[in-house]
Amino acid sequence: MRAFRFLMPLAVAGVMSLPCQAEIGDAEAGEKVFQQCKGCHQVGAGAKHRSGPHLNGLFGRQAASLDDFKYSKSFQRAGAGGLEWHAETLDVFLENPRAMTSGTRMSFRGVKDPQDRAHLILYLRQFSDNPADIPEADPTAQAVDHDLDPAILALKGDPEYGAYLSGECTTCHQAAGSDEGIPSITLWPEDQFVVAMHAYKTKKRNHPVMQMIARRLGDEEIAALAAYFKDLEN
Amino acid sequence: MIFNRRTFLGTSAVAAASLAAPMVRAQGKPRVIVIGGGAGGATAARYIAKDSKGAVDVTLIEPTRTYYTCFFSNLYLGGIKEIDDLGHSYGGLAAGGVNVVHDWAVGVDRDAKTVTLAGGGSLPYDKLILSPGIDFVDGAVDGWDLSAQNAMPHAYKGGSQTELLKAQLKAMPEGGTFAMVAPPNPYRCPPGPYERVSMIAHYLKANNPTAKIIVADPKPKFSKMALFQEGWNNHYAGMVDWIGEDFGGGEVSVDPAAMTVTIDGEETKVDVCNVIPAMKAGRIAEIAGVTDGNWAPVNAIDMSSKADPDIHVLGDASQQGDMPKSGFSANSQAKVCANAVRGALTGSKVFPAKFSNTCWSLIDANDGVKVGATYEATAEKIAKVDGFISQTGETSDVRKATYEESEGWYAGITADMFGASV
Repeated sequence: MRAFRFLMPLAVAGVMSLPCQAEIGDAEAGEKVFQQCKGCHQVGAGAKHRSGPHLNGLFGRQAASLDDFKYSKSFQRAGAGGLEWHAETLDVFLENPRAMTSGTRMSFRGVKDPQDRAHLILYLRQFSDNPADIPEADPTAQAVDHDLDPAILALKGDPEYGAYLSGECTTCHQAAGSDEGIPSITLWPEDQFVVAMHAYKTKKRNHPVMQMIARRLGDEEIAALAAYFKDLEN
Repeated sequence: MIFNRRTFLGTSAVAAASLAAPMVRAQGKPRVIVIGGGAGGATAARYIAKDSKGAVDVTLIEPTRTYYTCFFSNLYLGGIKEIDDLGHSYGGLAAGGVNVVHDWAVGVDRDAKTVTLAGGGSLPYDKLILSPGIDFVDGAVDGWDLSAQNAMPHAYKGGSQTELLKAQLKAMPEGGTFAMVAPPNPYRCPPGPYERVSMIAHYLKANNPTAKIIVADPKPKFSKMALFQEGWNNHYAGMVDWIGEDFGGGEVSVDPAAMTVTIDGEETKVDVCNVIPAMKAGRIAEIAGVTDGNWAPVNAIDMSSKADPDIHVLGDASQQGDMPKSGFSANSQAKVCANAVRGALTGSKVFPAKFSNTCWSLIDANDGVKVGATYEATAEKIAKVDGFISQTGETSDVRKATYEESEGWYAGITADMFGASV
């Protein structure tokens, strides 16, 4: 990743008083900060929606305006109310996501360090004016890297059965999608859900509780859970 | 049926809504009463109300207005959580369509299918779910009964008892002695007493480092024993003296007036004494006549009582087989029960029973361990299928991640029990 530097325009009240080095972003450092976002967001060539929308073309876009992503009502209201993504609005949002949109499913605790936010915003900025990075581009290896039998992926799950089975998940994974300590699985894309559960089952993913839970779920049951969580509304 | 207005929950708007709506809608609608608003009862009430979408009239009877979880109460004793972190209101359940009645259930008439309330009146049911938690066996610890619970708290139900024990720990003289009388099997939260020892040691190490901890235990071994003992050696060397069955840990008497504990004939003066007596099902289970001995036997397939098909018993009070008595277990059993009860009352599809449990324990700040298992329903009991346990010698990163996971679980299970707060 090229490491050009960039002066962040900072017009938001409260950020003005920060030391001046906080205004400089570094895209390479931003890529590192983005590691904590990658569980839910993709950006760059071939980026797709995951639990969160892809972040290509973010700058200048109205919030909650991608047609094919299911936004929280909170974000839909914010977008309809005129929220647009720019460095300033992203800076406020990323500091404490719930402060801006209380009902967002992105219950990420936020990036508290203004310098880290500046890095992150600069990193994201690179994917907003580059036609090569629009979502229609070829998928990258990051998307779905697995050797799961296509027949398993093609199974259509029964969401009613999934609703019942989900009781076993929601003791820990909050239906509302919080991800403090335990990741969110709400609105997880179906294929990703199925791949992940089979990865636990075959111990490619390494977590003893999840391996135990996955071990006794059949292919139909995993499909049912995936079908249920992909549309879960709160 | 007679409703007593003041027994209804909370804000006047919610109370008015819950008073007015079910009286009208209840005509011909199947009625479920849930007694006990903890991990089993709150979950069952919430799931039946949520999944039946108003087709079942659900009433939860729970005396307290704020529920303090017993799980994580040890972290409060250790100074890692505040008491307010453990308190939960029933507003989310009321908003989710559950009639929440804050009163004691004092009687069950199984022929008339009614529940009598301490505040007067009785409520009819088609299905009754009992999730009353635990009570203590009379005379279990020589010299101790409930009248001694202020001098020697059990702190084994969340809330005021937990706060009392914490206050006593804070008031302990420098270099003083804390004693615990541990319970015999089976009891609520198998690792609970030992997590408590760990958290009290954590508190004392920082605030009263020359203090001592004595544990008199009627058992030869306990849950996660190797993990706790490793942790006590690593973090609290020389502070904890665990006296198991082999060394007379079961031969215990206490004198709450003199503040002495006698273990295997040897009397010790102590400053704080936490007596956790042998346990039995919460009293309403006995009143309803569904207990056999100390616990209420249930059918594994749907948690229905072996004494009455229209009564289900959840959580600690039930005798179900292999699952430990834990909040997680009660929550898991509640969902199986809710699915079966809803099916019986509305004809909705009933799916096969499936249970799981994980118990996290905190040994020191950021030193978390866990044990868990999955279970299935057999003709005889809930039977263990598979399990795992944390390993001794794990790295501090693993232990920290385990602790953070337990915090996530706490947020998850309380949201699952009580719904979104209002």
